[in-house]
Amino acid sequence: MLSTVTTSTGKAETMDYAIEAEGLLKRYGETQALAGVDLRARPGSVLGVLGPNGAGKTTAVRILATLIRADGGTARVGGFDVVREPAQVRETIGLTGQYASVDELLTGEQNLTMIGQLLDLSRRQARARARELLTWFDLEAAAGRPARTYSGGMRRRLDLAASLVGRPAVVFLDEPTTGLDPSKREEMWRVIRDLVADGSTVLLTTQYLDEADALADEITVIDRGTVVAHDTPQALKRVVGGQRLTVRPADPARLSETAAIIGAIAGAPPERHDAGTTSVPVDGDAALAEAVSRLAEADIAVTELSLHLPSLDDVFFQLTGHDTTDAADAAPELIEEVGGTTREADHALHPVAGVVQ
Amino acid sequence: MSINTATIAPRALSRPGARPHPLVRLIRHSLVLARRSLIGVVRNPEALIDVTLQPVIFIAMFTYIFGGAITGGSQHDYLQFLLPGILAQTIAFGGVAIGVNLNSDIEKGVFDRFRSLPIARAAPLVGAVLSDVVRYTLLCVVTLGFGYVLGFRAQTGVLEVVAACLLAIAFALCLCWAAVFVGMVARTPGAVQGIMFLVLFPLTFATGTFVPVDTLPSWLQSFTKINPLTHLVDALRGLLLGGPVASDVLWTLGWMAALLVAFVPLALRAYGRRV
Repeated sequence: MLSTVTTSTGKAETMDYAIEAEGLLKRYGETQALAGVDLRARPGSVLGVLGPNGAGKTTAVRILATLIRADGGTARVGGFDVVREPAQVRETIGLTGQYASVDELLTGEQNLTMIGQLLDLSRRQARARARELLTWFDLEAAAGRPARTYSGGMRRRLDLAASLVGRPAVVFLDEPTTGLDPSKREEMWRVIRDLVADGSTVLLTTQYLDEADALADEITVIDRGTVVAHDTPQALKRVVGGQRLTVRPADPARLSETAAIIGAIAGAPPERHDAGTTSVPVDGDAALAEAVSRLAEADIAVTELSLHLPSLDDVFFQLTGHDTTDAADAAPELIEEVGGTTREADHALHPVAGVVQ
Repeated sequence: MSINTATIAPRALSRPGARPHPLVRLIRHSLVLARRSLIGVVRNPEALIDVTLQPVIFIAMFTYIFGGAITGGSQHDYLQFLLPGILAQTIAFGGVAIGVNLNSDIEKGVFDRFRSLPIARAAPLVGAVLSDVVRYTLLCVVTLGFGYVLGFRAQTGVLEVVAACLLAIAFALCLCWAAVFVGMVARTPGAVQGIMFLVLFPLTFATGTFVPVDTLPSWLQSFTKINPLTHLVDALRGLLLGGPVASDVLWTLGWMAALLVAFVPLALRAYGRRV
């Protein structure tokens, strides 16, 4: 539905991208939050913007959602310029912030009805729309309760529902699953997939590679306000190697020997870590069984043996040569600036496929 | 979650006809948001303490602690003198809450949602101010009602009493834009309260509320002459107890206009810029 739009001049033109940003710049005091960021999302696709805390993800979303102005660069959403045509952009978008921004004193239904009325629906229409969304988000039973009594997962769902009242063609989801437990994350992923199946364009920011991998058609990796990679999830994972095999020998003196063995299995140079572990990128989980038998043959006892997807930290190490924590440290002001309250960055949430102890 | 794709399918909402006039939309959106604030008040009644208990405590405290000393005996005479001033003072302080609430709305991210919607830009601020009418009306009822219980009697007619309430409410609606502005620029809700109290204490005490102005040192008297609260107090006193009011009402209206001209654009600009 987004392939053609009517511009303010009344002329219909083909739109290649539902979201298109070029060279975005934004500075907060001493911190260069964005140092020339390009983002592009085709209509009906999901763009994952991956980066650690303080990388500039939220700043970019706020510029695209017309909440703040960039110091430089241009951005168009749904074919409209965010600076010159903010009203049209706001007609096009839905925004779900990092920190659920529902009114705590209003009930779930009152929250959604209010948004509907602000979108110029009649009171009756707004209530009907609210009920429809409450049902869809499985919040019917809690519809009459103030939002402050909701659990974290329910708040996120209400917040997402609030951003969908106007059936936006472009939806911004700023870290929609940060702080949710794994089952609630899966639930959120399902909702996001349905959104896209219906033709919305979604820009999703996340700190989790597995989340971007599960949802995004293309991923832009941001670090310290610059784009360090843009590719499909498959291509990005090829850069860092699909899965990684990590081994910790019981005797630290045998680390080199261990590294040589798993290096031979993977056919790739093993990486040695300070913590007494060594890891290699591997294809498929056959490597796990092979490692078990080869290490047994060599009589090397291990205290940890795991097969896991690369974490955001691994991606960052590969792409930038430094850890994600550096970026977060570099911009503490920004974190405070954008979030109000700072939450712990928990990058370490990568699923472990198999652990042998 | 049952999957009914029609629920989220992106398509233009069937909005009734052409867009209404921008002013109509501003009023409509402001009313929707005023209703939101009022629901908040109902769910959180302790937010009404400043417009209910505060005037009660001020009236009782000043009448019974200072009243005898100030008038040389008659606490009833002091209540007659005091009450119009307390109405002015507490209604001025009643506006502080709006700045505090708006600041915490911004902090919580509720305003991000409003600002990402295609609504009239000023609506969240105008809506909050509109909902304050209910608080100020309640304050007038409580102040005059409690005063009546203690023995205060208006010396004029019903029309003048209603006019006094309307003037006080209208003044508060203009003054609260200063609190709205401070709410937009201060870093925390606590800072909003601190700044507003710092401004309002001298403004509300350097008036004829508690003692006759001619007992003040001359430099302070010069300040009371230009203090907007002095004119509001004197106008309310005239409307409730009789005597000439025209000059003080005009001064008050002039100050109301000045407050709006100064603080509405400042507040809107700060709101637009707030990151």
